[in-house]
Amino acid sequence: MKKTYEIDVDCANCANKMEEAARKTEGVKSCTVNFMTLKMIVEFEDNTDEKETMKKVLKNCKNVEDDCEIFF
Amino acid sequence: MNKKQKKMLVRIAITAVLFISAEIIEFEGIYEFIYFLIPYLVIGYDILYKAIRGVFKGQLFDENFLMAVATVGAIGLKEYDEGVAVMLFYQIGEFFQSYAIKKSRKSISDLMDIRPDIANLLDENGDETVVNPADVPIGSYLIVKVGEKIPIDGIVISGESTLNTSALTGESRPRDIKMHDEVISGCINMTSPIKIKTTKSYDDSTVAKVLDLIENATSNKSKSEDFITKFAKYYTPIVCYAAMALVIIPPLYNIIRGNEANFSEWLLRAFSFLVISCPCALVISIPLSFFAGIGGASNKGILIKGSNHLENLAKVKYLVFDKTGTMTKGVFEVNGIHHNVLTNEKLLEYAALSEIYSNHPIAMSIKKAYGRKLKKEKVESIKEIPGEGIISVISGKNVLVGNEKLLKDNGVEPISCKCVGTIVHIAVNNEYMGHILINDIIKPTSAKCIRELKKTGIKETVMLTGDLKSIADNVKKELGIDEVYSELLPDEKVSYLEKILERKEAHEMVGFVGDGINDAPVIARSDIGIAMGALGSDAAIEAADVVLMDDDPIKIVQAIRVSRNCLKIVYENIWFAIIIKVLFLLLSAIGKSTMWMAIFADVGVMIICVLNAIRALYIRRV
Repeated sequence: MKKTYEIDVDCANCANKMEEAARKTEGVKSCTVNFMTLKMIVEFEDNTDEKETMKKVLKNCKNVEDDCEIFF
Repeated sequence: MNKKQKKMLVRIAITAVLFISAEIIEFEGIYEFIYFLIPYLVIGYDILYKAIRGVFKGQLFDENFLMAVATVGAIGLKEYDEGVAVMLFYQIGEFFQSYAIKKSRKSISDLMDIRPDIANLLDENGDETVVNPADVPIGSYLIVKVGEKIPIDGIVISGESTLNTSALTGESRPRDIKMHDEVISGCINMTSPIKIKTTKSYDDSTVAKVLDLIENATSNKSKSEDFITKFAKYYTPIVCYAAMALVIIPPLYNIIRGNEANFSEWLLRAFSFLVISCPCALVISIPLSFFAGIGGASNKGILIKGSNHLENLAKVKYLVFDKTGTMTKGVFEVNGIHHNVLTNEKLLEYAALSEIYSNHPIAMSIKKAYGRKLKKEKVESIKEIPGEGIISVISGKNVLVGNEKLLKDNGVEPISCKCVGTIVHIAVNNEYMGHILINDIIKPTSAKCIRELKKTGIKETVMLTGDLKSIADNVKKELGIDEVYSELLPDEKVSYLEKILERKEAHEMVGFVGDGINDAPVIARSDIGIAMGALGSDAAIEAADVVLMDDDPIKIVQAIRVSRNCLKIVYENIWFAIIIKVLFLLLSAIGKSTMWMAIFADVGVMIICVLNAIRALYIRRV
């Protein structure tokens, strides 16, 4: 299951950090952050609750970069 | 500018004024400290706050933390102006970065914006309402007025007009349309209103697919991007450890030698290291360059489906072509009339009248070449000899139209043709009248394409075709292609491509150019598959890595140049940023650069890299 979310982040390195943080989140199979289009493409593991997982993703991202937002 | 940016601009202005006045007024002792502390906090409070939060979250190499340590440290060493200046420049840099990125993001997106805003939907009574294209069901009737974009793919029901396809193809030549023609969303209606019946939903329409493709292109990251991401991950910690070593080792060495430790001097140099340790300039310019390159290309009708594909395209050394539809027009045309006793026109008329009831491509091309209305009543009888031609009686004369065998069988000696193609011989009342040469015409820009490719540094051009050897060899000779393999079945094309893949070197890429429909397996097998003339063909857009919207071979050259240019800019930025950073690390280590010079260099590099990246947007004509 692949989904695309809009994000907001100011610097490119922060976007890379978010990508890494999201990848490490439980339930996330793979993740790409596109800084230019401000989008996060998340592929979930099978049988995961997307909403719950995204909450965790956001929390992990906030940990590495305070000034970020994911819209889901 | 958004609210966040406006607020930042105000903070920068206040700090700048306070900072300059503090420099001029020259306070003493504690007053100096206080007077510098105010601008420092105005400009840096958010950095300090984030730094403290970061520490609790274990983010020690976060740039906020590094900036905080460096500036607080400088202030601790009573280098007040250094501390404020560094924070100020850092924030100016961040401000500029966010502004420039937003600006270029918007200008690139605008360039790619082919999205139709509205559709004029017609109801049963013929009344029109303006709706969102996404809400239009399949099979609806729409009116497209002059100057409007066609919102959804469909068929013309009434009206005749001219379309501007340049937003999709980059080609300014307009396209004429009439009733029953298919029209593609994204084209602009130029001359008169037309009524269309939609054949797809908005989401399945060309324009939506193309937009989706471009928007997601930069999500397929290139090797350069992966390299920089990895580099950034190690660069910051390494510079920080180097800074630590700088604080400890030289003063310790001084003490051992019995000299003064000079600790504060080395500490200040270490803070310069921290200032340079932010990898932002590098990290930002790479995706921006790719985004600009892909955006600029799409504006010219070249869709590159990912940064990785753009990178591969730039490294293409072997280019393999399909013949029909790629190098040639793929339609038969009368290309010459030889040894004729009658006038060209009269000869064509006999041939066309004989073929009047045939829909064979050869027959169609003869009728097209004749170009006038055929007088059916002249044809008295027609007899078709399968595989040979037609024997007919036209205006009382016995006419033979066909191959050599047909003529010989009927006692006429034909004159063979030296040219390559399909030859149609004609005899009237058992006398030879000449022959018509019909072949698939080479596109006018094909030869130029091959020449330019050679100039661009393509090692080898190869053509694979299912066509006859004589025809293929002729195309090879005319275009100057290096290698031709003819009379191939579709799966044989794949095996020939594999042979090239085997003999090339690892860093060289093999590209294949075809129409994307019947050569999909070859496109898939190549390092980089290019489909051309793909406008309106979903299959081709799906299969290829690079999609050329129109069928002009010169676009291949353009696509390669775009990708090379973009990659060149990427490398320029990588090298420039790394060299300047290393240079200032060295200068700081030997005490030739102050902290504010270091931050100035850092911000400067970033600005230059961003501006350089934007250059990828502009594409020269071939």
